[in-house]
Amino acid sequence: MSGPILQLRDVSLSFRGIKALNALSFEVACGEICALIGPNGAGKSSLLNIINGVYRADSGSVTFNGEQFIRIRPAHAAHLGVGRTFQHNALFRHLSVLDNVLAGLIRHSRTTLVEHAFGIGRDRRETREFNRWADEIIGFLDLTGHRDTVVGTLPYGVQKRVDLARALVGRPSLLLLDEPMAGMNQDEKSEMSRLILGTNARLGTTIVLIEHDMSVVMGLSHHVVVLDYGRKVGDGSPEQVRKNPDVIAAYLGTAH
Amino acid sequence: MSAIGTETIEGFGPSGVTAQSTRDRLRAGSVGVLLAALASIPLVANDYWLNAVLIPFLIMSLTALGLNLLMGYAGQASLGSGGFMSVGAYATYNLLLRLPELPLPVSLLLGGIISGLVGVVAGLPSLRIKGFYLVASTLATQFLLEWLFNQYGWFSNYSTSSSISAPRLAFLGHDLSSPAGRYLLTLATVVVVTAVAARLVRSQTGRTWMAIRDMDTAASVIGIPVSAGKLKAFFVSSLVIGIAGALWAFAYLGTVDARSFNLDRSFQIMFAIIIGGMGSIRGNFLGAAFMIFLPIQLDHLGSGVFGGAVDPGQLENFQKALFGALIVWFLIKEPRGLAALLSRAWTQLVSRINR
Ligand SMILES: Nc1ncnc2c1ncn2[C@@H]1O[C@H](COP(=O)(O)OP(=O)(O)O)[C@@H](O)[C@H]1O
Ligand SMILES: [Mg+2]
Repeated sequence: MSGPILQLRDVSLSFRGIKALNALSFEVACGEICALIGPNGAGKSSLLNIINGVYRADSGSVTFNGEQFIRIRPAHAAHLGVGRTFQHNALFRHLSVLDNVLAGLIRHSRTTLVEHAFGIGRDRRETREFNRWADEIIGFLDLTGHRDTVVGTLPYGVQKRVDLARALVGRPSLLLLDEPMAGMNQDEKSEMSRLILGTNARLGTTIVLIEHDMSVVMGLSHHVVVLDYGRKVGDGSPEQVRKNPDVIAAYLGTAH
Repeated sequence: MSAIGTETIEGFGPSGVTAQSTRDRLRAGSVGVLLAALASIPLVANDYWLNAVLIPFLIMSLTALGLNLLMGYAGQASLGSGGFMSVGAYATYNLLLRLPELPLPVSLLLGGIISGLVGVVAGLPSLRIKGFYLVASTLATQFLLEWLFNQYGWFSNYSTSSSISAPRLAFLGHDLSSPAGRYLLTLATVVVVTAVAARLVRSQTGRTWMAIRDMDTAASVIGIPVSAGKLKAFFVSSLVIGIAGALWAFAYLGTVDARSFNLDRSFQIMFAIIIGGMGSIRGNFLGAAFMIFLPIQLDHLGSGVFGGAVDPGQLENFQKALFGALIVWFLIKEPRGLAALLSRAWTQLVSRINR
């Protein structure tokens, strides 16, 4: 694992006076799986939103691949290689699984409106290529049976995998997963863990994920960052974090 | 799984490919038969049918298609369609008048492009506002355009009456001013534009529009340029509606009359896509057929069955109430319109036959 792909320095964010993030700093090494844990409302989702530009930090900076940003637009972040899934369903619900995944390839598209309208130029080749990439990801995430189904009609657990497929197909270098296993049963969770590990190992994707299930976190991650009320209360290997008394007090000890 | 981006092809069984291509060939075949039938209609239909039914039906389908690209696919509601029709009509009129050496299709396309560019300007507020507020801003566009064409005589070549006569329609030496000629001009335009639109909505552009419609924050997070996507939708939509406006003036009315591009027209087009089916290409034709044929049928009913005993004003009010009720019904019960109703009925029929 080489140097950091992502560095956050003194990032603060507040909503109408309520501090969601308070001078937060940490680093994510290239190629690692980093888990963000902490009770509900700790600011985990807000943090992901700052990394890919959905929210703008009040102060502090985000450095991605050596480039420092005060403010980045979500579409720009995607073009730089930041992929993202959502805590709450954010799929294109009237589109099929295939079309959702194809939409995730936009950042690789080099074709224009006119080429699309008349099927000329690079359009046919790109369409063929995109379909192949999409089908590979669909196969990788065991979605082949649902390929042409409208996503709005699929079960929740499957939709979560479609969300992952849509993010993954663009081949991000940094993938942000917001509670990818929320609402899943044990079998679905271990299947999802396997897919996340596979993505990290085979594609070398750096992953930042938010997860509540400690056994999942301990089994999956190389690095754990613990948030509580917008502050960092723990940062280290899973073992270090498990032993940290502040973390136990803030999170591990309390029911949630 | 193989690494992403390598040359393997997965997920397509050989049987899947054959079924797909058979279906495609069947579909292409039936479209071909349909087109041949439509093109030979002038051989059997009388002028009344061409002038009063088929030509307006085709043009209404085209305007519905234009609005559907914007509203049904990209999710941006607009009440400016009448205005964009008038831009297309006046622009094409001036091109025919001032650059008579241009072939008719080129003038039509340029008129459409001018309307498309006006559409882009009218679409700028969509980068900031949504829903009801966007509808209000397109309404302002509609009124502004109506005022513009009334106010400035240059657009209508300083004609003194409120309607101006259309220049002669001709292409490759053929006079197209007969009912059959105007019908074929309209049909050819509708076929070409529909084919392009059908391709477009299945392309990455169409997917971009539907992604923006379904969830715009997620769209921008996965890298979709949301603002550019919206403006492209306004451009293509207004281009199509502009071409339809020019046809309305020259192939249907025979004059450019600003009054036929008023807010009522905008509403009529919106109703056509709500009834026909938003986000469906077929729905535009179903909705347009509904909007054109129902009033004709009601007229027949009024004069035929009741022997003219029903006052035409009453009949018109009844028609409005009927449309209103239908629209509420469709919005609540079947937001995807007649197109969805028909395709469901078709699936049921097929499964019953197969059983
Ligand atoms: N868009 C928003 N508007 C107002 N408050 C918000 C918004 N997003 C998050 N918050 C607040 O910020 C805090 C952190 O929320 P969040 O980042 O969603 O926490 P977590 O994902 O750790 O559960 C909460 O108090 C939440 O209410
Ligand atoms: Mg959250």
